[in-house]
Amino acid sequence: MKQTIGVLAVQGAFEEHIKALKKLDTDCIEIRKPSDLTNHSLDGLVLPGGESTVIGKLLRELELFEPIKKMIIEGLPVLGTCAGLILLASKITEDETIHFGTMNMVARRNAYGRQLGSFVTEAEFDACGKTPMVFIRAPYIESVGVDVEILARVDNHIVAARQNNMVVTSFHPELTADLTVHQYFLRLVQQKAKTCVA
Amino acid sequence: MNNRYELNKNLAQMLKGGVIMDVTTAEQARIAQEAGACAVMALERIPADIRSAGGVSRMSDPKMIKSIQDAVSIPVMAKVRIGHFAEAQILEAIEIDYIDESEVLSPADDTFHIDKTAFSVPFVCGAKDLGEALRRISEGASMIRTKGEPGTGDVVQAVRHMRLINQQIRMIQNTRADELFQLAKDLQVPYDLVQLVNETGKLPVVNFAAGGIATPADAALMMQLGAEGVFVGSGIFKSGNPAKRAQAIVKAVTNYNDAKLLAELSEDLGEAMVGINEQEIELLMAQRGV
Repeated sequence: MKQTIGVLAVQGAFEEHIKALKKLDTDCIEIRKPSDLTNHSLDGLVLPGGESTVIGKLLRELELFEPIKKMIIEGLPVLGTCAGLILLASKITEDETIHFGTMNMVARRNAYGRQLGSFVTEAEFDACGKTPMVFIRAPYIESVGVDVEILARVDNHIVAARQNNMVVTSFHPELTADLTVHQYFLRLVQQKAKTCVA
Repeated sequence: MNNRYELNKNLAQMLKGGVIMDVTTAEQARIAQEAGACAVMALERIPADIRSAGGVSRMSDPKMIKSIQDAVSIPVMAKVRIGHFAEAQILEAIEIDYIDESEVLSPADDTFHIDKTAFSVPFVCGAKDLGEALRRISEGASMIRTKGEPGTGDVVQAVRHMRLINQQIRMIQNTRADELFQLAKDLQVPYDLVQLVNETGKLPVVNFAAGGIATPADAALMMQLGAEGVFVGSGIFKSGNPAKRAQAIVKAVTNYNDAKLLAELSEDLGEAMVGINEQEIELLMAQRGV
């Protein structure tokens, strides 16, 4: 059966995620209001790149924040890229804000500076081999808790990690034609589905 | 195309579904960020004031722009005069996130736009038809916005420009391959860009609406006409309750198809900016730079 993935669509590069996920034969649901969460049975959720201040604010004002947080805590597989990583971090450096805060890590916003610091590179992603990585005014992860698995590093900074049902990247897998990260996430979705049945 | 150009187009992709707000002080920038702006445009005078003050309007003081960069974590944009590549070099030197080569300021060159391929920082440019949009892209713009008519609170020109750009895109899409050469000549744009639009049915960069947007309904209108986000210039800080209006416009851009929510958002916003109709103004900024 096709997997159904919700993609948070309040601001940012959500269309790009939907395009990538459709190439991998999934059904995608744009999440803009609470009924989008309840009208479909979601197997996974993507928190896309954009501006985390905007997405964090809209999540609360559109009453999506609590239901999504609950779904994540209950084990729904979630992929957070760039701003999505910030939303999941339990702490943000030099910032009091915490959004979902469900993932045990410290993230630094705009860690590479302004747009002139944006770059593209290639690095190992988990055991999947060299993967292209696009960093746009990107954060990185300064430290992670013991329960967090590091999936990728660039210049000694952690740029991808996983804790149980949560996968985060500080780069944008949705901006390249490479589907490694989305495939990795969908494998996780599949595993979680099996565990639930069992 | 090189990496830098791709990265610059990518930043515009991250702004999609968002509202970029004109601000003139660090305090306004904070209000804008707090209200949910996805970026701010730092300028000394908003278009409505430029219009009423008259005279030559130039790039803003770098010190003022830097104070705004320090005040917010979202991207900061600033405007340069059309063709004024030295102003653009200055903004690049202070690491601006996006340069708007803008008809709102007095043009510095009545023939040539800036060669934007010579810069590492990204550029957004205004367009009122597809020819202008593709010419700016061939000069290196990594984002396009409608020109609209800035500082008026009258949305009619933004609507006209967005409709025209999209009509022309549909027309190119429906054109036979062997007729595209002539079409490129008619539009005065490079053939390869025409061919790209023919294949994809869209601009190769993100396209925002700008100029005269003053209400949540205006923003929703532009989004339904195909804008990927909106710039709001004078509409916010020239209104009675800037913070509330800004928040309402942000939510309207996200939920542009939800009329019930738009109705709630449109309630009790206080005084909108005092508009001037297109016919009442003497200076049409949209005609600058073609």
